[in-house]
Amino acid sequence: MDLTATDHDILEGRQGRAAADAFTLVLKFAEAVGAQRLLPCASAHVDGCLYHGEASLDFVERYVALEGRVKVPTTLNVGSVDLIHPELFIGDAALGAAGKRLMQAHLELGCTPSFTCAPYQTLLRPGFGDQLAWAESNAIVFANSVIGARTNRYGDFIDLACALTGRVPDYGLHRSENRRAGAIVAVTGCKDASPDQAGGIAVAAGLAVGRECGDTIAAITGLPGCTSEDDLKALGAAAASSGSVAMFHAVGLTPEAPDLAAATGGRQAPVVARLGPEEIAGILASLSTVADGTPLTAVALGTPHFSLTEFDRLLPMLDLAPFSVPIYVNTGRHEWDRLSADGRAGRLEAAGITVVVDTCTYVTSIIRDLSGAVMTNSGKWAYYAPGNLGVDVAFGTLADTLVSARAGRVVRA
Amino acid sequence: MSAQCLVEGAARGPSLKLDDPLSFWGGFDSSSGKVIDRFHPQHGACLSGAILFMERGRGSSSGASVLAEAIRLGTAPAAIILLVEDAIITTGALVAQMLYQIDCPVVAIRNQTEWQRLAALPRLEVTAGAGSAMLTPQP
Repeated sequence: MDLTATDHDILEGRQGRAAADAFTLVLKFAEAVGAQRLLPCASAHVDGCLYHGEASLDFVERYVALEGRVKVPTTLNVGSVDLIHPELFIGDAALGAAGKRLMQAHLELGCTPSFTCAPYQTLLRPGFGDQLAWAESNAIVFANSVIGARTNRYGDFIDLACALTGRVPDYGLHRSENRRAGAIVAVTGCKDASPDQAGGIAVAAGLAVGRECGDTIAAITGLPGCTSEDDLKALGAAAASSGSVAMFHAVGLTPEAPDLAAATGGRQAPVVARLGPEEIAGILASLSTVADGTPLTAVALGTPHFSLTEFDRLLPMLDLAPFSVPIYVNTGRHEWDRLSADGRAGRLEAAGITVVVDTCTYVTSIIRDLSGAVMTNSGKWAYYAPGNLGVDVAFGTLADTLVSARAGRVVRA
Repeated sequence: MSAQCLVEGAARGPSLKLDDPLSFWGGFDSSSGKVIDRFHPQHGACLSGAILFMERGRGSSSGASVLAEAIRLGTAPAAIILLVEDAIITTGALVAQMLYQIDCPVVAIRNQTEWQRLAALPRLEVTAGAGSAMLTPQP
């Protein structure tokens, strides 16, 4: 390992005891992944605020005790509780208290109280080519693929260790030669899909990328022309749920893939999946654990956190109110501030929508009635919630979920 | 053999080969040590104390916390033998070692034939130290 003068400063304690302690973890990690050197880190996104047991808290308290401070702008992923609407938390009180302490301990280290899985939306959008230490699988995929910033799949602990040292190991996706596609996923017959259908197509393509490509970077061709940044966000989140995906190229849509040759770096790459409308319908149907017509107890939107443009797509659909079942929408507190400031929050409340900030309905106890199926437009929610919450799930497009919320059962728009 | 030690330590136990990679977060319950991913072919299997063979890591980066917590609780695999190195699994095991001084060695074999051969052995002893790793069949 080639250590710089800065690295030696940190290692030998001249930047504080916490940085020195965290540096030993960064160094061991860097050696384990075969990095030859460390790079200066532009920002960190830390996924340490979800309470997974005492280990989560013991690690952060170690650095609070050592009087640690993060050395780069550091955003925080969702926590276990909505600190702005704490009454929404209906889980075990001791767990809620530990989760709250975990969130506050991170703030004592100088992290930004963002508590969002989508910091790239309104808060801290990295620049093209920035070297990052980001955690949270959807944020990692989005930063690499949609922005063209560079991060590996950092996990809990190492993200904070990089933030406390300002250093990140130089390996994997930090290096240009490792960012080329090695497989092609060809979407066919979908070029002229509607914006609502494009959301479902993106989720299906994402699930296929995760299943077929593993950690090989995929170049996806043939996505609808109207595929939005929110759809690419959903694609990445689905891909990172079904496989160890850290990056994809959407040819013609993402910055490192103006064409297929740029995406693959001119190499031959095999077509590992062809997805026509029938295959896409089949993949999406497999996400639902219940049949159409099944009664619903809730609708869950905003996994990853809803963007302001997604709220703008949702607002006209609120004309369908009154709804028969509660609709929960997860978003970041910075988005919520904007919605509150410009009156959109009032329209959501008037339609009976429950907006959840700082956390997410699939990781914590928010949804009050889980006795029936929950409908979502999120591939990630559909993938994980049955295991996390023990709930039945129905997948649909955003429009499907709203007409179903009105009907109180699974129907299609 | 080109096996790489990712996290040091020693362990022995029955081997258990996962047919698909597992996301520890959302796919594994640290209180019971069982696989809870309903899409996983070994849904319901208990991983506690096993020499776990898993080709690669997968899924959410929160897997590191779940693994560290399982190591603290004693429900984790005794060792994890990967085909290719994985940052999330490495971190979880490293932090448990830092915080609790409990070892869950992690090794990357980096050779498919060798990984398959080792995974077929019923019991193994794993000794992973600075840069090298030994996997020895046990009776």
